[in-house]
Amino acid sequence: MINGVAGYMYPNEVELQWSLLIVLYPYITGLVAGAFILASLERVFKVEEVRPTYRLALLTALAFLLVAPLPLQLHLGHPERSFEMYLTPHRTSAMAMFGFVYLWYLMVVLLVEIWLDYRADIVHQAQTRTGVMRWIYRALTLGSQNVSPASRRIDDKVGYVVTVIGIPSAFLLHGYVGFIFGSVKANPWWSTPLMPVVFLFSAMTSGIAAVLVIYVGSSLLRRTRIDMRCLDAVGKYLFYTFVIDFSLEMLDLVHRTYEADESFRSLDFMVHTRLFISQIVVQIFLGTLLPLGLLAATQLVRFSDAIRRRIYVGASLLTLVGIFAMRWNVVIGGQLFSKSFLGYTTYKVEFAAREGLLPALALMILPFVLLLVLVKLLPPWQEQEVTEG
Amino acid sequence: MRLLREAGHLVRVALVLAAGVVLFLIIRNAVVPKDFGRYGHFRPEALGVIRAHPVAFAGQSTCVACHDDQAKERAAGKHAHVACEACHGPQAAHVADIANVKPALPDVATLCARCHEKNAAKPKSFPQVVTAEHSGGVACNTCHKPHNPQI
Ligand code: HEC
Ligand code: HEC
Ligand code: HEC
Ligand code: HEC
Repeated sequence: MINGVAGYMYPNEVELQWSLLIVLYPYITGLVAGAFILASLERVFKVEEVRPTYRLALLTALAFLLVAPLPLQLHLGHPERSFEMYLTPHRTSAMAMFGFVYLWYLMVVLLVEIWLDYRADIVHQAQTRTGVMRWIYRALTLGSQNVSPASRRIDDKVGYVVTVIGIPSAFLLHGYVGFIFGSVKANPWWSTPLMPVVFLFSAMTSGIAAVLVIYVGSSLLRRTRIDMRCLDAVGKYLFYTFVIDFSLEMLDLVHRTYEADESFRSLDFMVHTRLFISQIVVQIFLGTLLPLGLLAATQLVRFSDAIRRRIYVGASLLTLVGIFAMRWNVVIGGQLFSKSFLGYTTYKVEFAAREGLLPALALMILPFVLLLVLVKLLPPWQEQEVTEG
Repeated sequence: MRLLREAGHLVRVALVLAAGVVLFLIIRNAVVPKDFGRYGHFRPEALGVIRAHPVAFAGQSTCVACHDDQAKERAAGKHAHVACEACHGPQAAHVADIANVKPALPDVATLCARCHEKNAAKPKSFPQVVTAEHSGGVACNTCHKPHNPQI
């Protein structure tokens, strides 16, 4: 009798409370964590090939991190009250603790690491620029123009330590987002201790794919040569993390299927009906198996540079779509079935509403605008890098 | 000493971060009420604020005192246990000033369906109809009297 509802649904389950914006939240935070982990490959694990993406990855992480809380703010009826979460956090609130994880990651890890890495450039700009820009760069130097080799060596050491702290922090940041879902014990679609791990690896996969696309895209825009050695390395890491991510998801699937607890038939039915397109078609086939196959091909067959480049970009774009579909299936899928396991509801995305498609699109464009500003302010291109001021 | 000089900029970062923390603590100290958490995870004054809200419902024992007809009628039928204000909405303002505040009568078209629309999630024993089929578009109160809904 109620539109979109089939079978037996408790009254409070008919309408979805977590909308498209809540899909964006783990998606965007995932891109942050992934981009940062790619950057730390170069820094901590000394993977020299990925160097051209190092700074770009850090700026990408920052641009997306700044946008990450916005979908949550927009979801709230009273966004101004969210600050109270910091003032009087409740220990039993997973979200309140996320606020601190977020701040830690932003202030102590990402900003400090970027600052240390860019310090020589900032000082150089502060000394050569004029007008307003000079003052901006001056403010960014925090009043210290010391870029002596000794101080840079210290920066390098401290930067290393920050990155080493940063890796578990990035893991924490995104693992925590998974935890927020995985710890909802009333929801069998979410409640699994594997959730943080699955979220983490899918985050790494999507972040690496995003940086790869941004790297190729920016090189094309700037008409500079794409470093194939770098692209091959990034593509290889994308492949590896994706394989791990896929195995984990399959492990979860096998476990659920074999365990077949009381929720299984209902969830299985949902996957074959309401989630068929978004889960089986988009997430698993288009967004996982296809890019995995493409990436595997590059590892096995020797293609020309041009073809490899296209494969990497194609596979990355598919990956980004696939991981988005995964977030969608987790967040929306988790609310489509009834706890009675006898009914299903539907979710219809609004368009120009507070939680509609339009603000969601705006939120996905915003990080790129921020990235553009950041790139203008702190050019990540290695050719222009200033060696010791 | 030399090390300290070369690492001077790091001290500045630390100071900026520390300043942030101090600023946060100052704001926190200023805006969080001193006795926050005395009775639980909330401001004790919140209790007073809530108590100060104007009362919206009068309670049906009040209605019954004046509207004897409706009260008798309702008591005789199946709606005996449905409170007056469940259908008429909060009417404290009417009770406080009967001369000037006259309640608008409920819109039957939406009122009855709110409780009686067929829904698989409701207990089987509760009387439910598919309103569109059941009434054929005629207002419910052409056949049922709202206060005693038997025909
Ligand atoms: C002090 C006596 C008194 C109390 C208590 C009282 N009412 Fe009334 N009510 C009246 C009077 C008198 C009128 C008629 C006003 C008029 O016709 O101008 C009226 C009118 C109404 C009407 C509108 C009738 C119409 O024909 O439009 C409704 C509905 C109503 N009351 C509901 C309630 C409800 C529900 C309560 C309990 C919360 C309540 N009343 C409590 C005296 C009272
Ligand atoms: C099931 C819902 C329902 C309940 C419970 C209910 N009413 Fe009504 N009442 C109505 C509706 C509907 C009307 C308007 C009827 C119409 O439009 O012809 C109405 C009309 C009235 C009127 C206007 C005069 C009349 O009889 O039409 C008064 C006064 C009134 N109600 C008072 C009360 C009081 C007092 C109670 C509690 C003892 C009460 N009602 C309980 C639904 C209800
Ligand atoms: C606030 C909820 C509510 C509203 C609004 C309401 N009702 Fe009811 N109705 C009930 C309850 C509760 C019962 C008693 C059910 C029982 O006896 O188990 C009932 C019983 C009935 C019955 C008796 C069914 C039987 O088995 O004999 C009819 C007919 C009815 N309502 C019609 C109406 C009409 C017509 C309206 C609109 C004027 C209406 N109801 C508005 C709650 C409501
Ligand atoms: C044309 C007259 C008519 C109209 C209009 C009408 N009803 Fe009825 N209704 C009846 C009759 C007659 C019965 C008794 C049927 C029976 O007992 O099987 C009844 C029974 C009911 C019952 C009890 C069903 C049960 O399973 O016990 C409910 C509830 C009810 N009506 C609600 C409504 C509502 C809500 C509306 C307005 C949308 C409405 N009615 C409009 C004639 C009507």
